Amino acid sequence: MSRRLALPVVVLCAVGLLAALALPFAHVAPNRLLSGEARSPHASMLALAWVVLAVTSWDRWPRGVSVACTAVFAVALPWLLAGDASLWLATARATTRVQAGFWAMWLSTGLLLLDRLRAWRPGWRVATWAAVVGVTVLSAAMGRFDGVAVVREFHAQHDAFVDALLIHLRLSASTLLIALVVGAPLGFQAWRARRTGGALVGVLAFLQTVPSLALFALLIGPFAWLARQWPALGALGFGGTGAAPAVFALVLYALLPVVRYTMAGLDAVPADTREAARGLGMTRWQLLARVQLPLGWPVLLAGLRIVAVQTIGLAAVAALIGAGGLGRFVFLGIGQGAADMVLLGTLAIIALALAVDLLFQGLLAWTERRA
Amino acid sequence: MIEFDGIRKRFGGHAVIDGLSLRVDDGEFFVLVGPSGSGKSTLLRMVNRLVLPDEGTIRVDGEDVASVPVERLRRGIGYAIQSVGLFPHRTVAENIATVPRLLGWSKEAIRDRVDELLALLRLDEPGMASRYPRTLSGGQQQRVGVARALAARPRIVLMDEPFGALDPLTRESLQASLKAIQRETKTTILFVTHDMDEAFGLGDRVALMLDGRLVQTGTPSELIREPVNDRVRDFVGGARARLRELALHRVRERMHRGGVADGEAVDADATLQDALGAMLMQGRERLPVSEGGHAVGTIDLADMVERRR
Amino acid sequence: MKAVLPAIALALLLMAMPHAGGWFHAWMPELSHPLYTRTSFVALTASHVALVLSATVLSTVVGLSLGILATRPAGRSLLPTVRAVAVIGQTFPPVAVLAIAVPLLGFGAAPTFVALALYGVLPVLGQTVAGLDAVSPAALHAADGMGYGRWRRLLDVELPLAAGPIMAGVRLSAIVSVGTATIGSAVGATTLGSPIVEGLVGNNTAYVVQGALLVGALALTVDGVLGVVERKIRRGV
Repeated sequence: MSRRLALPVVVLCAVGLLAALALPFAHVAPNRLLSGEARSPHASMLALAWVVLAVTSWDRWPRGVSVACTAVFAVALPWLLAGDASLWLATARATTRVQAGFWAMWLSTGLLLLDRLRAWRPGWRVATWAAVVGVTVLSAAMGRFDGVAVVREFHAQHDAFVDALLIHLRLSASTLLIALVVGAPLGFQAWRARRTGGALVGVLAFLQTVPSLALFALLIGPFAWLARQWPALGALGFGGTGAAPAVFALVLYALLPVVRYTMAGLDAVPADTREAARGLGMTRWQLLARVQLPLGWPVLLAGLRIVAVQTIGLAAVAALIGAGGLGRFVFLGIGQGAADMVLLGTLAIIALALAVDLLFQGLLAWTERRA
Repeated sequence: MIEFDGIRKRFGGHAVIDGLSLRVDDGEFFVLVGPSGSGKSTLLRMVNRLVLPDEGTIRVDGEDVASVPVERLRRGIGYAIQSVGLFPHRTVAENIATVPRLLGWSKEAIRDRVDELLALLRLDEPGMASRYPRTLSGGQQQRVGVARALAARPRIVLMDEPFGALDPLTRESLQASLKAIQRETKTTILFVTHDMDEAFGLGDRVALMLDGRLVQTGTPSELIREPVNDRVRDFVGGARARLRELALHRVRERMHRGGVADGEAVDADATLQDALGAMLMQGRERLPVSEGGHAVGTIDLADMVERRR
Repeated sequence: MKAVLPAIALALLLMAMPHAGGWFHAWMPELSHPLYTRTSFVALTASHVALVLSATVLSTVVGLSLGILATRPAGRSLLPTVRAVAVIGQTFPPVAVLAIAVPLLGFGAAPTFVALALYGVLPVLGQTVAGLDAVSPAALHAADGMGYGRWRRLLDVELPLAAGPIMAGVRLSAIVSVGTATIGSAVGATTLGSPIVEGLVGNNTAYVVQGALLVGALALTVDGVLGVVERKIRRGV
């Protein structure tokens, strides 16, 4: 067993090798308007790199060697991509568009690094990832990737992008907050009275099934009516379109997980333990505050993680009813046939979702260590 | 017949079974007894190759188990475990029919065999065959488990603490059923338990296993009377083991025919343990013995102690 | 009940909607075209269902195969990587997957299909792994001891016992697909989302309401029907 090549390494390196040889790496055009061609100038070199990665992942070598190689490769891929435009066309206006080969290889490299790091301690894992991300972000900040179309798009739309990001964050954060404030007490009530709780969960599950676009769209009418009836509300932003119906719909979607995980958190303390605590003379509130909350909090936090990631994704759809946010880049880009704009919005949404996911994972690990 | 020859097994540098040889004869009820971690389950699982030995061979009816295709080997050997492992998506009848189905028996043959086993294991209340395992009590589940192990009429059955999780009354009733079935069918049973009473009650021969070695093999009486060392004596219960031994003998073996005594009679087929209990309860040193309701003789307190030794 | 009511509602809506022009005109007299007529509602529903169905079938086949592979002894070492892909994949919003597919495949049903199929793999995969992992070790041990072969054990014991969770994954996958296919109309797929998107762009609330009502009824119907199947499977276990 110990002298073999691990299966995940075989699979990931095979995917990488295939991507290097069969998929286009980049699309290079002399400028933004001219159509260029798909190129894979380093195909054989990249293929060789995958073989090297596979060989260094052999269990015979120290783990550090394969981690180092994989990490360097992860950093090198975007550099290679950015290098293309300047090296091949040698004009400042040349534009490189990222193609499937790059994405497949970058993803495989990331998964390979994840696999290689599995045996290491959390501290080292975090440090390695921080190094990879840090170097990449630093290179981007130094303008190393400016030849890549999506980065160019980012610079061109800088202010609008930051606005959209902030709106997206504001939409998501207010949704999370409202869902928690409304959902946690609802969950507590549902947990105490199981029968009505079942009905509540049923209604929320029913709502969850309705496609997001339909729910957003259906709320336009009622909100417009509200704004007409009470102009004061309209002045507060409660128009038919915009942030208010978006947050309302997002909260509706977020309530189900919040209620469910609140109930699961309260159940984290077994019934006989609760009975014993009551038997020792704790009041219901003491039980809740001193036993159930500390023990159930991680469960609720795990639920909030799901809600946060889900909300960031759904908030992108809210752009269709005029709520703004990063989804605006996606749908505006689709409408104008501007692929770079779509990619910018999409990457930002994915990065945001991953970052929030990591944040909650970190919080979760931190609370669990303290417990 | 099962033969173990020079078996060794190590798990992570620790010897679980250390050079062990043993022969279980045809038609024998053989019990491996020992504390948890003594290697007895590991040894049992080597017979149907759920565990492979590092060294040594195991022969079933003279054939090395390593040379038989593993699925054919397992289908020919019955297997019952403490956690039962009934298939929750199959009815009682379907569970019992598992191995005959794997062996490709005809539908009629399977149905007849299932009916036979349901009766044999006293699972014959109406509707039982079509119930699902989760609707059964623990004792009923284990009865189905035993029936499943016996279904294809295997010549050898392996049982790994099958009654360990049952309450004492259910356990005794299942032990009695199993012993009766084994006597009638002459099946070879290799049975693992950590319960001394169960071992002495069921086994024709018992082997005490400690730390991967057989410390002593013999009939229950031999283990009780002639422990080879202090560890065996401690394990079988020292002086108290003699009380256990009383459960192995019947009143019939020690009674005096023709005598008369006062008190409530004990049956000639009762164990000496029962008789002693009756004496203690009635406060008498001699009791009448009855057979089929008629007084046939007496038994004395002194008869409990074997005179020859 | 949960399956029948939405199905009836969907059928009634489909029958009534083409004749509801007058009603919508009365409600929103300012609209010159109060009824969506570019494609019939039945055709929209049919193409929506076809898209979701084909994508769900493909994701079920792929997810199930991967899940089985990752839980066999030979593929066990892949499990952490498969889990990582599933967890990271879940953080990708459906909209993002849809948007990534467009530059690669152009406009129309193709990118929507690919996005649905790719995204739909995750719940099936996750639930397959979870379901197979949850099969009682005692039942597996007993099956081995009685001489089940590896494949026979998978088919006769493991898959039937994991069928409930797997079906829950298929159901989730289909529901997410119904929603994503709706958004797919923004990239040119013809679905019940088309009236909604067109209505939003052209400020025609009547179109929006028509599309939203139908797609809502469709989603609840799909959920209800698959829920019945799931309960039936779970009851057998």
